[in-house]
Amino acid sequence: MKNWPLWEVFIRSKNGLHHKHVGSLHATDEEMALQNARDVYTRRSEGVSIWVVESKHITASNPEESGELFEPAQDKVYRHPTFYELPNELEHI
Amino acid sequence: MDNIKSLEENFQAKVDAEIKIEAKDWMPEKYRKTLIRQISQHAHSEIVGMLPEGNWITRAPNLRRKVALLAKVQDEAGHGLYLYSAAETLGAERDQLFQDLNSGKAKYSSIFNYPTLTWADIGAVGWLVDGAAIMNQVMLTRTSYGPYARAMVKICKEESFHQRQGYEIMLTLAKGTPEQKAMAQDALNRWWWPSLMMFGPSDKESTHSAQSMKWKIKRKSNDELRQQFVDISIPQAEFLGLTIPDKDLKWNEERGHYDFGAIDWEEFWNVVKGNGICNKARLKARNKAYNEGKWVREAAMAYAEKQSYIKHNQMSSNKATG
Repeated sequence: MKNWPLWEVFIRSKNGLHHKHVGSLHATDEEMALQNARDVYTRRSEGVSIWVVESKHITASNPEESGELFEPAQDKVYRHPTFYELPNELEHI
Repeated sequence: MDNIKSLEENFQAKVDAEIKIEAKDWMPEKYRKTLIRQISQHAHSEIVGMLPEGNWITRAPNLRRKVALLAKVQDEAGHGLYLYSAAETLGAERDQLFQDLNSGKAKYSSIFNYPTLTWADIGAVGWLVDGAAIMNQVMLTRTSYGPYARAMVKICKEESFHQRQGYEIMLTLAKGTPEQKAMAQDALNRWWWPSLMMFGPSDKESTHSAQSMKWKIKRKSNDELRQQFVDISIPQAEFLGLTIPDKDLKWNEERGHYDFGAIDWEEFWNVVKGNGICNKARLKARNKAYNEGKWVREAAMAYAEKQSYIKHNQMSSNKATG
């Protein structure tokens, strides 16, 4: 049998927080994906809002290119507040 | 060749540094295969594990016990789904996994090939079988493969209710009439040894252990986990006023652990090979559910395809008229 499409599930655990990836599931359409996500991932009040996205629509970065993507940020210490030297007696800054 | 070797060295260095391996990261083929085998067996165990307990849902002694058992069995289904999803991140196909279970090619935990004869068995299964599973699963929350570890965290959170509901059933029976207490003792007698076997062959006999430890898929050996389980279960049995069916059980001051009797490995291998009391019934039930659900799966897919076709056509006709 053909597998049903795969969906990724994102849940907001309470208002004020981001939706967070919690896992995946199979469903025939978006409505079934939402219903199944409710049953599989929120049986103990883990969420107040659910997003489902068909997995094939997600574009992910390639771990082999992590160097090019993320290393340039590593030598830019001047983007952090502690880079700037100020006297200790100074307050509220 | 050199390239593969350095990839493998980098991989092992990451594992040694406790950096989790994620789905798209490079990994040795054997690591991938080992994980697919282990995670899918684990998933199958959750799914088959619903059968011995589902057996008692309609006969639970009261509504409180019934809702708890229903919720527990529903959790097992959920745990199976988390684990199948984790296996799929490694390239396994869901339907292929089902077929491997149904054909008997894939294994699941042999404990589920024992029958649940009385209500006390539901207590003993929750207390001992879930207890043993938790011991293994707590270790696996720290496994090196990210998606497996995350599934385990969710599962462990949910499992602790399973074990407590089982122990509560045992406690109620143990404090009940002499007949009820005898029923609890009988269940303990039958589930104790199979529960110890759940940790798998002894370290000397275990074929996959050394490599799995090196890759940090496992972090404790079968025998270590088994000893840990024996040590924590004995006081729990004493609290119930029940006797563990092992005449060699004795506190060993020197080791700081209980010594326990020899496990009947012949029985273990016999059940693994398919000759347990319920092996055939379990596979038959899974095949029946799969085959009889086929038209539902196909109809749901056909319905979704039709809806998407209608939606698509409406959009193009709106465009034409608009």
